[in-house]
Amino acid sequence: MLQRTSNFLYLRPKILLAVLLAPPVFWLGVVYFGALLVLLVNSFFYLDDFSGVIVREFSLRSYAELFTPANIDIFRRTASMAAAVTVASAVLAFPLAYTMARKADRRIKPLIYLSVMLPLWSSYLVRVYAWKLILAKEGVVSWVFEAGNLGWLLDRILALPVIGGPSLSISTLGMFIVFVYVWLPYMVLPIQAALERVPGSLLEASGDLGARPVETFRRITLPLAFPGVVAGSIFTFSLTLGDFIVPTVLGNSSFFIGQAVYSHQGTSGNIPLAAAMTTVPMAIMVVYLLVARKLGAFEAL
Amino acid sequence: MDPLPQPSIRFVEVSRHFGEVRAVDGISLDILDGEFFTLLGPSGSGKTTCLRMVAGFDRPTAGRIVLHGADVSNLPPYERDVNTVFQDYALFPHMSVAENIAYGLRIKKVPASERQQRVSETLELVRLPGLGDRKPSQLSGGQRQRVALARALINRPRVLLLDEPLGALDLKLRQAMQIELKNIQRQVGITFVYVTHDQEEALSMSDRLAVFNHGKVEQVGAPAEIYEAPATAFVAGFVGVSNLIDGPAAQEITGSAETFSIRPEKIRIVPAETPVEGDVFTATGTAIEVVYLGMYTRYVIALDQGVELTVAIQNLEATSSDVGAVKGRRVRLVWEHAHVHRIRRS
Repeated sequence: MLQRTSNFLYLRPKILLAVLLAPPVFWLGVVYFGALLVLLVNSFFYLDDFSGVIVREFSLRSYAELFTPANIDIFRRTASMAAAVTVASAVLAFPLAYTMARKADRRIKPLIYLSVMLPLWSSYLVRVYAWKLILAKEGVVSWVFEAGNLGWLLDRILALPVIGGPSLSISTLGMFIVFVYVWLPYMVLPIQAALERVPGSLLEASGDLGARPVETFRRITLPLAFPGVVAGSIFTFSLTLGDFIVPTVLGNSSFFIGQAVYSHQGTSGNIPLAAAMTTVPMAIMVVYLLVARKLGAFEAL
Repeated sequence: MDPLPQPSIRFVEVSRHFGEVRAVDGISLDILDGEFFTLLGPSGSGKTTCLRMVAGFDRPTAGRIVLHGADVSNLPPYERDVNTVFQDYALFPHMSVAENIAYGLRIKKVPASERQQRVSETLELVRLPGLGDRKPSQLSGGQRQRVALARALINRPRVLLLDEPLGALDLKLRQAMQIELKNIQRQVGITFVYVTHDQEEALSMSDRLAVFNHGKVEQVGAPAEIYEAPATAFVAGFVGVSNLIDGPAAQEITGSAETFSIRPEKIRIVPAETPVEGDVFTATGTAIEVVYLGMYTRYVIALDQGVELTVAIQNLEATSSDVGAVKGRRVRLVWEHAHVHRIRRS
């Protein structure tokens, strides 16, 4: 029976291909794109203000509502945070990824891998709340500042406009720290993979042609690892853009996109506006990817 | 004494150990200015490690490497006046052919106009004019090889190191490139140090070569010296095909039990009953294998002394059916004293 099936499929590769592809195509096509389509359709409905009932007629009212000053503020706030988190992650991740790919010997490498991956094994929610405690007024960070007689510095930082707040655990700065912490692995791994693919002989060739290590890094290593940075930044940027837990746990009353979507579809039952709002991060990502492609980030892939 | 050309590279008792492994084990070697010098040996014999130590990618654990009179043993690659052609070419995938070739000049801050001119000159030299705008991925293997060569030569180094540069090419292309490399070397007149495990390549291109085995140099000499007078059993076996005869069989044939080597093409086959005279050695036996190879025929003859000899005879007039008829016949082998080489067992 098994042999007959094998022979049957071996002689008909197209049927085999169809059998193999059916589940993922179903998943991507129906479940994934289907859901996106439903979302898109919903965004063209609108909520009747008086009755609180969703009117299922084509309208751009929900999209028009996106352009109120309050909403634009939300988009700007979220996008800046996503950009800041992405830059900080890239700066922190690169040396680590470089060490993993080029410097670490065979015994140390799995350990670094493990320490990068380990946080991903525990719940994201737990880790965010753990950070809430670490950053709290009575938390470890404040304690370290006090112990070093630097309490005034922390207060000075928290007094700054925009990034400050009553304590690190209720501030944009705290949010930023936690965002960088939770998304860092998603930046490290693609950069590491990209660096791993750069043959050692290219670096030797550069040195052979007279380039000092710094020049080799700038002219060879960095350009060739750049697609990895872009891949990582797509993760960190889009994950920050859509997140609503970190701003809820560590933020003040100013909303991020994720929170706005959450509250519109929940408490106020305004599914059309929530749907319209989710198209914003998608639009930002599309623009982001187009710019990345223009910069040649995908050429070396 | 004749005034010898200045040595370009000197290895002075150079060793490179990786833990317990002695990749290079106390090598002393002089490579002369302007010569095409080949490091020949099987993989793992230390030849590539030697090249890497000249380039600066590896450092000797003991001994010194002297480049044009200056000890460079501890100098990084970017401070040495040598350039390398890598086995995998190591072309920068994100740069065009012209940018690849101009890389060294760019690093040295050569002005753009001169850079451009030298790039087109060098492209001309390696016969790739007009390909400057391509990316390496758009080139064939042979073209990439030429770009790698151009990228190294444009810097006008005093020594060019080549690490099995033709290894990835097919036979026809490889033979064409061998001739071209040799021509380019004559044209630019700099020292070429060439690493290969292909003995034919080594013999056809080199002015001199060193045969490597287990981290040591077995013999240094001109191709004909190495081939005609191998100093050790290893060299006799590695460079070309050789018959090695020792012990009682050697005693019976030559009157001395010392090991000797005789190349297959130096032996003549005559009918068993033919009388022999002159400065020759001779032995009789039975042809047990006859392989027709087009240009020549390879015979394996089982001698009455209990050893087998390989003989190669050019097919001047013989056809494949002629040579096939020899199989199983009694024959006499004849070779001249001059072609026998006593060798030391290594």
